[in-house]
Amino acid sequence: MTTTTTGTRVTKAVGTAHARVEGRDKVTGAARYAGEVPFAGLAYGWMVLSTITRGRVRSVETGAVLEMPGVLTVLHHGNAPRVDIDYVGMLGVPDPTVAVFQHDRVPHAGWPVALVVAETSEQAREAAEALVVHYEEEPHDVTFAGEHPDAYTMPGPGGPAVTGKGDLEAELAASAVVVDAEYSTPEEHHNSMEPHAATALWDGGRLEVVDSNQGTVWVANELANLFSLDPASVRVRSEHVGGGFGSKGVRAHQVAAVMAATVLSRPVRVVMTRRQLFSLAGHRSPTTQRVRLGADAEGRLRALEHSCLSRTSTVYEFIESGAGVARVMYDAPAHHTANRVVRLDVPSPTYMRAPGEAPGSFALESALDELAEKCGIDPIELRVRNEPERGPVSGLPFSTRSLPACFREGARRFGWADRDPRPGLRREGRWLLGTGTAAASFGAGAMPSTAAATAEADGTFTVRISAADIGTGARTALTLVAADALQVPTDRVRVRIGDSDFGPAMIAGGSMGTRSWAWAVTAAAEELRERLALSDGIPPEGITVRSDTTEALGALAQTERHSFGAQFAEVAVDVATGEVRVRRMLGIFAAGRIVNPLTARGQFTGGMIWGISMALHEEAVRDRNTGALYGADLAGYHVATNADVPLVEADWVDDPDPDDPVGIKGIGEIGIVGAAAAIANAVWHATGVRHRSLPIRPDRVLTAGPHA
Amino acid sequence: MKEFGYERAADVSGALALLDGDPDARFLGGGTNLVDLMKTGVERPGRLVDVRELPLDRIEATEDGGLRIGATVTNSDLAAHPDVRRSYPALSQAVLAGASGQLRNVATVGGNLLQRTRCGYFADVAAPCNKRVPGSGCPAIEGEHHNHAILGASDHCVATHPSDLGVALTAFGAVVSYETPDGPGRLPFTEFYLPVGDTPHRETALPPGALITGVTLPAAPVAANSRYRKVRERASYAFAIGSVAAALDVRDGVVHEVRLAFGAVASRPWRAHTAEQALTGGPADAGAFAAAADAELAAARPLPHNAYKVTLTRNLVVAVLSELAEEATR
Repeated sequence: MTTTTTGTRVTKAVGTAHARVEGRDKVTGAARYAGEVPFAGLAYGWMVLSTITRGRVRSVETGAVLEMPGVLTVLHHGNAPRVDIDYVGMLGVPDPTVAVFQHDRVPHAGWPVALVVAETSEQAREAAEALVVHYEEEPHDVTFAGEHPDAYTMPGPGGPAVTGKGDLEAELAASAVVVDAEYSTPEEHHNSMEPHAATALWDGGRLEVVDSNQGTVWVANELANLFSLDPASVRVRSEHVGGGFGSKGVRAHQVAAVMAATVLSRPVRVVMTRRQLFSLAGHRSPTTQRVRLGADAEGRLRALEHSCLSRTSTVYEFIESGAGVARVMYDAPAHHTANRVVRLDVPSPTYMRAPGEAPGSFALESALDELAEKCGIDPIELRVRNEPERGPVSGLPFSTRSLPACFREGARRFGWADRDPRPGLRREGRWLLGTGTAAASFGAGAMPSTAAATAEADGTFTVRISAADIGTGARTALTLVAADALQVPTDRVRVRIGDSDFGPAMIAGGSMGTRSWAWAVTAAAEELRERLALSDGIPPEGITVRSDTTEALGALAQTERHSFGAQFAEVAVDVATGEVRVRRMLGIFAAGRIVNPLTARGQFTGGMIWGISMALHEEAVRDRNTGALYGADLAGYHVATNADVPLVEADWVDDPDPDDPVGIKGIGEIGIVGAAAAIANAVWHATGVRHRSLPIRPDRVLTAGPHA
Repeated sequence: MKEFGYERAADVSGALALLDGDPDARFLGGGTNLVDLMKTGVERPGRLVDVRELPLDRIEATEDGGLRIGATVTNSDLAAHPDVRRSYPALSQAVLAGASGQLRNVATVGGNLLQRTRCGYFADVAAPCNKRVPGSGCPAIEGEHHNHAILGASDHCVATHPSDLGVALTAFGAVVSYETPDGPGRLPFTEFYLPVGDTPHRETALPPGALITGVTLPAAPVAANSRYRKVRERASYAFAIGSVAAALDVRDGVVHEVRLAFGAVASRPWRAHTAEQALTGGPADAGAFAAAADAELAAARPLPHNAYKVTLTRNLVVAVLSELAEEATR
């Protein structure tokens, strides 16, 4: 098997806007999501979550509930099937939160303590709400505010805990200009439109799970490990996914559904409510970050320190690596970064769109803006002056680094040249106006994947890969990639995804899905085309070629491989009421070859809109006395509405990855990176007040006053 | 969820008969709040009596020049009505500042007055709440309360009333009409909601089993020059953190008549009588508006995280009255 790694080619379908191949099914309702797929004999499970924050389950009074209409069983720590969590999966050891009903300990509010299964969803819910659980309550600590004595350093998903070079204090002391500031971001939640939902059933000795997830092979392997099954005897399907954003891996609902299907020997569906998602779907940890920058009078960095403290649960280590972004963005003779975490009595956090980079870029890019202000240098010019030649920590060259090109194009289109840098000068009625900018980056990677390409006897082609389309348009993107590799029109290509039986492949995550899958699809399709050139015709069963990119990826040179971007925002602030409105946003990205401009633009602007939400709205408030969230629903947890979203434009500069067969880098996360900083910097430009804590709520604007 | 009975009434007497004084039954209007609360288990009625088909969907002029608004008039119809827009513009603006188009199309005037607080502790059946479970406590006082009351609250409850419509109705001295099996009754808006005291679960002065039939707006020429301003934490689809309904009649630079009410500051829409008295007969300038707001807000008892509401409400009063004064003299 050969894999092409000889750079990018001129293509036809890739780079041309293409509507989603399943778009019609989705808008007409024909597309079925995990909670909607019909099964004969389906039973419904409803999870019961702890109402205490720390302690033990003393007893579960199942008797009365088992007498309620339609109730089939109540699973809890006293009777549930055992699972094994002593394994290492694709992303490391499992979060024990998924091992439901294994013991009586309650480590956080909203911990699963029971599953009620009934003939209908309504019966299950009513019985679940009637179930009486007795607890022994213990004191808890959920307070995350700045420092904590139990904080410790921990490596992140993509790097070490701590990096350091040079004498920080000496360089700071020798700097003409110093910025030393603390920033904070709140607990944030993914809130996918489609809630987590799974149906489990045993079919001829195989466990089948119809689910909504970001990787069917990943979830299948986790379930095989948990239930001590042969991986080949587990099949997970996930045809359509209404958003994941990092939250849709293996979760309590799939495990509970498998347990109930096993005990009852019939299909069981478990769907999480919106409120349950707030404790069981993972979240982004709050962060407190300190950034110290020292620069000479021309703004060239002499010292950079970025430290980030985040929070995890007592049962699982996950770190929000906010300080990692500095390891890519800027260099300095003294350069120190550290990620630390503290364990509290809260649910386990997880990956959430641009983990690390989203909160980290808010702090670092705000600090750069403060440095620009102090130096009297334009914020874009400051960044251009500090463009590193090589990775600041790794010392490796960048595969491509087109950040200055993004700023140049963005400044031209946004009208940055006319900007008066002084804050608080522009007024329009009751509104003060300001503009801001920030840089963005996110790692570009690929992981081994397999694909199969089949030439059918009728002249069409079928591609099978266990990819996941979580709303990104991946199914469509792979159709374009396959068509080009096969050198046929897109309407002759059918791409099938979302089935673990299609073999190992990367998940939709880390901005690596499309690149990883496209590589495997290209490899299979190109070999199939070569095979067809030599064949005398196609037999009835077709001709199938399989690919595996493990070897090709292993041969890739070590380099700093990232997408970059420049974010611009204009805001209006009424300092008498505290209202902040974003008036327009522009993002220019250098993010590899863009496969489908139509869906790519949506993905970029979706991230930028989430940045508006992050800057102004999103905040999960945890009550330190109850330990639970306050207002855990979409009325209490505000996301941006249509009225909050002005003209948001995204575009890109040419930036193909030189080592990828299609030139892809990945665009899943970068749209949100830097967006909140650009807005916060614009709020400063409008008002003269720095907001270093997100979200920039009206009460915070009012409390900060007009000239803080 | 709990199984419940559902019946639809055709007229007022039929609705009262179907309810039959049953404390486990509720009237159902647009359902935009009650049904949500039933899904989360905050409300668990055994029966619903749907009153949406009742012939109470008209807006009519009264003999004295006011307006009578039927209880089943939808928010959308109320906001769009020409007489409302002409004679009580703040009322139309208040309605349009609330919820979403879809919700306003089904939400009713009667239901709006009886909607429950959006306090997050009230909405979470796992949390204590004196309004939901009397005697269980109020976690908001020491917990999250940045959008809670600064006026008229008690140690038992600091929740706010969420209605925008109600703020305008309060400013215009609306009177609520209701029907009971024992006959009709009327309650001025300022008496409709009960003080919080130690009974936050008792919210209105309506007799048990009463059905709101309508709201009457007395004639108020001052209301023709009125405005509603709402501040919320996003541009749409959020409850107020501060709002002001105001009407102003300025003659020769002197305040002849003024109406002023605040939202998001108390367990009920707050009529600012003190501020109105301070302003009447005095100058119509920003200094006087600020002083009047300060006089009203002197009674505020903010909690640690909601003192900004004093500033916000004061700033809104100044802004809205200044705009009205400017328009009146134009």
